[in-house]
Amino acid sequence: MVTTVGNARGGGAQGGTVSDARAIAESVTDPELPMLTLSDLGVLRSVEVSADGGVTVTITPTYSGCPAMDAMRDDLRRSLHEAGYSTVDVRTVLHPAWSTDWITAAGRAKLSEHGIAPPGPARQRAAGPVPLTLQPLVRRVSCPVCGSPDTEELSEFSATACKALRRCRSCREPFEHVKEI
Amino acid sequence: MTTDHDSAYDSLADEHGGDARWAFGTGFDDPLSGVDTAVPDGVEPADLAAYSLMLADDALVMSQRLTQWCTNAPELEEEVALANIGLDLLGQARLLLARAGAADPTLPGRLAPDLPHEDALAYFRGPAEFRNVTLAEGDNGDFARSVARLLIFSTWRLALLDRLTSSRDAVLAAVAAKGVKEVTYHRDYAARWVVRLGDGTALSHERMSAGLNATWPYVEELFVSSDVEQRLAAADVGVDLAGLRAEFDDVIAQVLPLAGLVHPPPENTVESAGRSGRHTEALVTLLAEMQGLARAHPEATW
Repeated sequence: MVTTVGNARGGGAQGGTVSDARAIAESVTDPELPMLTLSDLGVLRSVEVSADGGVTVTITPTYSGCPAMDAMRDDLRRSLHEAGYSTVDVRTVLHPAWSTDWITAAGRAKLSEHGIAPPGPARQRAAGPVPLTLQPLVRRVSCPVCGSPDTEELSEFSATACKALRRCRSCREPFEHVKEI
Repeated sequence: MTTDHDSAYDSLADEHGGDARWAFGTGFDDPLSGVDTAVPDGVEPADLAAYSLMLADDALVMSQRLTQWCTNAPELEEEVALANIGLDLLGQARLLLARAGAADPTLPGRLAPDLPHEDALAYFRGPAEFRNVTLAEGDNGDFARSVARLLIFSTWRLALLDRLTSSRDAVLAAVAAKGVKEVTYHRDYAARWVVRLGDGTALSHERMSAGLNATWPYVEELFVSSDVEQRLAAADVGVDLAGLRAEFDDVIAQVLPLAGLVHPPPENTVESAGRSGRHTEALVTLLAEMQGLARAHPEATW
């Protein structure tokens, strides 16, 4: 892999260089949900390699205040540097806003395997003002441990912005749930 | 590959590729890195910067108040909720401060020319240079008063951000679109607590009512546009604040009857002008706490 990159930097992009850089960027994991790659999470928007071997990675933030974004940028730079790409530019794109609908099927399966319930489909908004929701949303979330659909929300807010805390009424295990947004 | 280190911190830094981890300042990337921050046609860069600063300061100051509930909230779950809401607003503030600095690089100015815009603007401006609405800066009071303020603030901000999604400034539009998703659940959270406390025990009702009445005097200011806001609304970059009133009133009218609360009298208002930099003493102490570390140790790393 490094050899290919070295060729690219030595003069002219070679076939496979972009896919190598993409494979490296795609393998970088989320610091808060380390079972997910940035690709699984849907935040990796593009990877480009210029003729002189410089890599431009474009990511999109999840939540406005997600502190993991800075770590993701550092991790992307470090992984690509270690693979021999000396020039790495990590860029941000804000539009369109990230949605949990962008978490891939593979990502959802990994969340479940690690005891975190994946999000359902994000709510679609009708025209007009954003409606006020006075009753907590009834979410149909199955227990990632025993599979029972009989679960309840303990706290809408949890250890990270993206998760709620729930409990299974069948096996009694508490678990986290990635909230739809 | 193993390297000897005299300090465990050195080895940590090595593990992270030698990137310095700054407490504030250069360790954080520009949150708008790679985003096209060109100023739309027909808009003065200084106006766009001033406008971004207003929206940023609302979020930054409100975020600071919310995080003051850490270790003080009635239940752990509420502490986590308020901290999460504060974190969302802090993120919105970072993007908007960076947007302000990109529109007018002379803005951060004099005290910290080497810091990124967001840090210079957050930590090295005095109270008179802040442009937040007065509502955001007052002391938290009790939990009821805090959720009354959060309901009013997030109802207003949601209506504002929802309209800002069609701004001619693509950065503001994108920040708003993300913010709408977040402030939607901030408002739901606050409204549920207002109903729960207002419709609860005699004591909780009394305190919820007192909290609402103490907060209401700062509502009028939310709907009075400054000159900058008027110019940007006319240019389809900003939002006309007066136009938010009907949606705001409609939401409040959904909540108060369910909470068994009487609408505070409209004449219950104070003259306030945070948008022009006139603030209460509460902002001075808030900023002293928020800015003290950065000012005492401007080069600090961790």
